[in-house]
Amino acid sequence: MASGNGTNGGGTLLLGTTKGAFLARPRDGGGEGDGGWELDGPHFPGEEVYAMAYDDRAGRSRLWAAPHSPFWGTTLRFSDDFGANWSGKAERSVRFPEDSGLSLKRVWQIQPGSAREPDVIRLGVEPACLFISHDAGEEWEAVEGLLNHPHRERWVGGAGGLCLHTIVTDGEPGGRATIAISAAGAYRSDDGGATWAARNKGVRAEFLPDKHPEFGQCVHKIVHHPSNPGRLFLQNHWGLYRSDDWGDSWTDIANGVPSDFGFAMAMHPGDADTVYIVPLESDGFRCTPEAKLRVYRTRDGGASWEALTEGLPQRNAYETVLRDALDTLAPGQVFFGTRSGKVYASRDDGTTWGLVCEGLPPVVCVKACAAGRG
Amino acid sequence: MPAGTQTGATPGAGLVRVTLPAALTEFTGGRSKVDVPGAPAPVGEILAGLGAAHPDVHDRLITERGRLRPHVNIFVDGENIRFLSGLDTPVTDGAEVVVLPAVSGG
Repeated sequence: MASGNGTNGGGTLLLGTTKGAFLARPRDGGGEGDGGWELDGPHFPGEEVYAMAYDDRAGRSRLWAAPHSPFWGTTLRFSDDFGANWSGKAERSVRFPEDSGLSLKRVWQIQPGSAREPDVIRLGVEPACLFISHDAGEEWEAVEGLLNHPHRERWVGGAGGLCLHTIVTDGEPGGRATIAISAAGAYRSDDGGATWAARNKGVRAEFLPDKHPEFGQCVHKIVHHPSNPGRLFLQNHWGLYRSDDWGDSWTDIANGVPSDFGFAMAMHPGDADTVYIVPLESDGFRCTPEAKLRVYRTRDGGASWEALTEGLPQRNAYETVLRDALDTLAPGQVFFGTRSGKVYASRDDGTTWGLVCEGLPPVVCVKACAAGRG
Repeated sequence: MPAGTQTGATPGAGLVRVTLPAALTEFTGGRSKVDVPGAPAPVGEILAGLGAAHPDVHDRLITERGRLRPHVNIFVDGENIRFLSGLDTPVTDGAEVVVLPAVSGG
């Protein structure tokens, strides 16, 4: 299961799968990285865990997870002891207002706010909406500017449902934020969430008669770097883009990738020019092109991309990496999980890779955090 | 069912015996059978009565919009309420209500 090839640089991997959550920890506690990984789980066995997060602000050390039972619905759970104990199953605090006519299906994203808003947590959910807590997760409210958005009645879900899966903010309380919805596109608020405007100019929608509508794009992921928050990178359902103006306009940056279709995208934690993706062949064949498992990296803001293959299978690798199954951790760690239940790690910015574990249920969420159980 | 086997609550007391799957017994103090008062009444009201005593069970059966979750089946005296009148299906005094997860998922 574990590898001994220098992939475990410390911390904890939060692994969400379609059958529960797992925590992977380096056996040597983050030493030289040759002790392999140990796996803890499954937590919430049998439930889908599409969203996990770690909150280390304001003295906390709290894991979050949003298990979804196909039978009994979705709960929001936390643990202050790295999964030894979780808050009770009765966590039903995320509820749509009664007059909305909506009911929560699944949580797709749990995002603690910046250090400047230490008690703010945002959730991206299905049906597409943003929820926010101002008290570190005690109480939640739907962001009405999105809940009552005039476009809502014309939003259409993608294969995964009508989900709000991505949240990027400028980190300022009451500041600017961009969210992404499949398949409604990107929306930005400049007023703390009161109003939202579509920001999809230049992003194509291959599956619509009008390839460049105001909204309706199937955005799969958006990332940015805190040092340059207005520069966004976008992995689309066909299309790879960059915006230098907070999404006012988008430029194609699919320069040298085998396919511009894919889901996962992650920002390097320390370099605002470096982004990782895992291209897939097509929407009709959502597997790695040429049966080679390749992560692609740009180090120049998308002007060029290079394949990262060392340590990854380059034969018979029909893999799929989904939108939240790729993450990074300072200084140069990169992690991803596959639908076939494998998890890989790199400690050198993706140049070489090793297997963390295999045999998991389909991996849908990978989040890396520097801390671990004390 | 053999003749004379008592599966529901004792008739005449206005009680309905609700049988829950193992996955939900952690919200009822480990009990898989709960007698709920209020019959005769629509099954939705019986479930609301169940929820008054065990709100976490109710949340797992009914969405925040008051609809039966799509992969939950409720049987009233052996009949799936989806093929009757849904949550309006009448439940008589002494009837048995069984909650089961649907045969779905992957």
